[in-house]
Amino acid sequence: MLGYEAVVIGVSAGGFTALSSLLAMVPETFPIPIAIVQHRKSDEHNYLSQHLDKICPISVTEAQMNADVEAGHVYLAPANYHLLIERERQFSLSVDAAVCYSTPSIDVLFESAADTYGNTLIGIILTGANHDGSNGLQKIRECGGLAIVQDPASAEYNVMPQCAIDAAGADHIFSLDEIGHFLAGIRHGCSH
Amino acid sequence: MNVNDKEELELDLFISMVKSYFDYDFNDYSRASIKRRIKQLAVQSGVEHISELIPKVLYEENFRDVLLQSISVTVTEMFRDPSVFASIRNEVIPALMILPTVNIWHAGCATGEEVYSMAIILREAGLLQYCTIHATDFNEASLDIARQGKYPLENIKGYTKNYIAGGGICSFSDYYTVDGKWAILDPTLREQIRFYRHDLAKDEGFGMMNLILCRNVLIYFKKHLQDHVFNLFDNSLDVNSFLVIGDKETIEFSPIANSFEAFCPTCKIYRRG
Ligand SMILES: C[S@@+](CC[C@H](N)C(=O)[O-])C[C@H]1O[C@@H](n2cnc3c(N)ncnc32)[C@H](O)[C@@H]1O
Repeated sequence: MLGYEAVVIGVSAGGFTALSSLLAMVPETFPIPIAIVQHRKSDEHNYLSQHLDKICPISVTEAQMNADVEAGHVYLAPANYHLLIERERQFSLSVDAAVCYSTPSIDVLFESAADTYGNTLIGIILTGANHDGSNGLQKIRECGGLAIVQDPASAEYNVMPQCAIDAAGADHIFSLDEIGHFLAGIRHGCSH
Repeated sequence: MNVNDKEELELDLFISMVKSYFDYDFNDYSRASIKRRIKQLAVQSGVEHISELIPKVLYEENFRDVLLQSISVTVTEMFRDPSVFASIRNEVIPALMILPTVNIWHAGCATGEEVYSMAIILREAGLLQYCTIHATDFNEASLDIARQGKYPLENIKGYTKNYIAGGGICSFSDYYTVDGKWAILDPTLREQIRFYRHDLAKDEGFGMMNLILCRNVLIYFKKHLQDHVFNLFDNSLDVNSFLVIGDKETIEFSPIANSFEAFCPTCKIYRRG
């Protein structure tokens, strides 16, 4: 059985509700790290990470530069910064040009994470109204990682998941609930 | 060997060639970011693999500039993070008012928007003519744009918003004239500014400063280069002087952390003890 080392999630419009219900299903002692890009304009007081941290059993914080990517944590890309994962399994940040009008960009996180984790990475695309994340998910698949996309029919906004499926394909097309169960089933890096 | 391993190997070779030939060590930079930039450069240059860029280092004229232009993330804006500029205006400037002359260093100023923002704040405080502003970057192409003080008109709307949010007390339109698609900043803002090339990784400091701004530059450096730059700043700052870094940067784990106190906890302004 393949051991997974990290999960990356990309989500845009509709993300507040989707993340609130998805992350509530992830246990406090989740055995691998989760890094998330949620498109948003600005968020001076880290409102989103604080809200998620409050309602979820697992700890949710904004990712900081140079910080180790640790198991049992959910990290959110800060507003206005791209988030990348380095080979040393540390976060780095960038104010590079927007991708698909978005900083942070899902593609940027996914591509760097695929470089770092290869076939031990899980990439998940949720609800959204643009095509960010399609290239990133494709790269994850090329590197042998697992691609999960929220079923467009059940997503609040179907464009982003549909684009991802069209461009990259998916190993699983799941409802939000099924994604939650899948994640909850990951024990010590393995999915049962 | 899979595609990714090959790419990493090619990147290593390219970086080491750049180091030998141009004496820039991009091993000191965050790898993931550099890799992304170099891959974009390969696409722009019309080649498929990073390794095909290596001959360009040796044989293509101006490749040094092309490379620096694509490595350096030049994205910037006027009054980026307005609350920081509000704090500079309301807390830092009053402390600088008591000095006979003020030396300011903008390190990694890119195309200069932040430097002109500072000049505007200083002018509104009546302090500009007592200041010398040293604005540096290692990318000459960006400095050329900075020296012109000419920016796309389409950005002005956002800058005006930022200016107001940062506590601007005049009308922002007083600071520029319109020429077609360009906004030309008031050239008298530039009178106290010196733009020059300076590499934070290699070059020495240049005298004692009362205020250093280095925002969104350190995020691209690995820890030891960050520490090197922090030491450089520490040696260039008088007692009671100020250091302003980017919103997501911190001196907390650096060797100089103990010499500085957080002057404004919410916005990365530190003061030397
Ligand atoms: C994102 S810009 C920051 C602009 C501005 N300070 C801001 O926050 O809006 C980063 C700048 O750092 C510069 N830079 C990168 N490495 C450097 C080095 N070793 N020495 C000097 N400047 C450097 C780049 O050329 C680029 O202009």
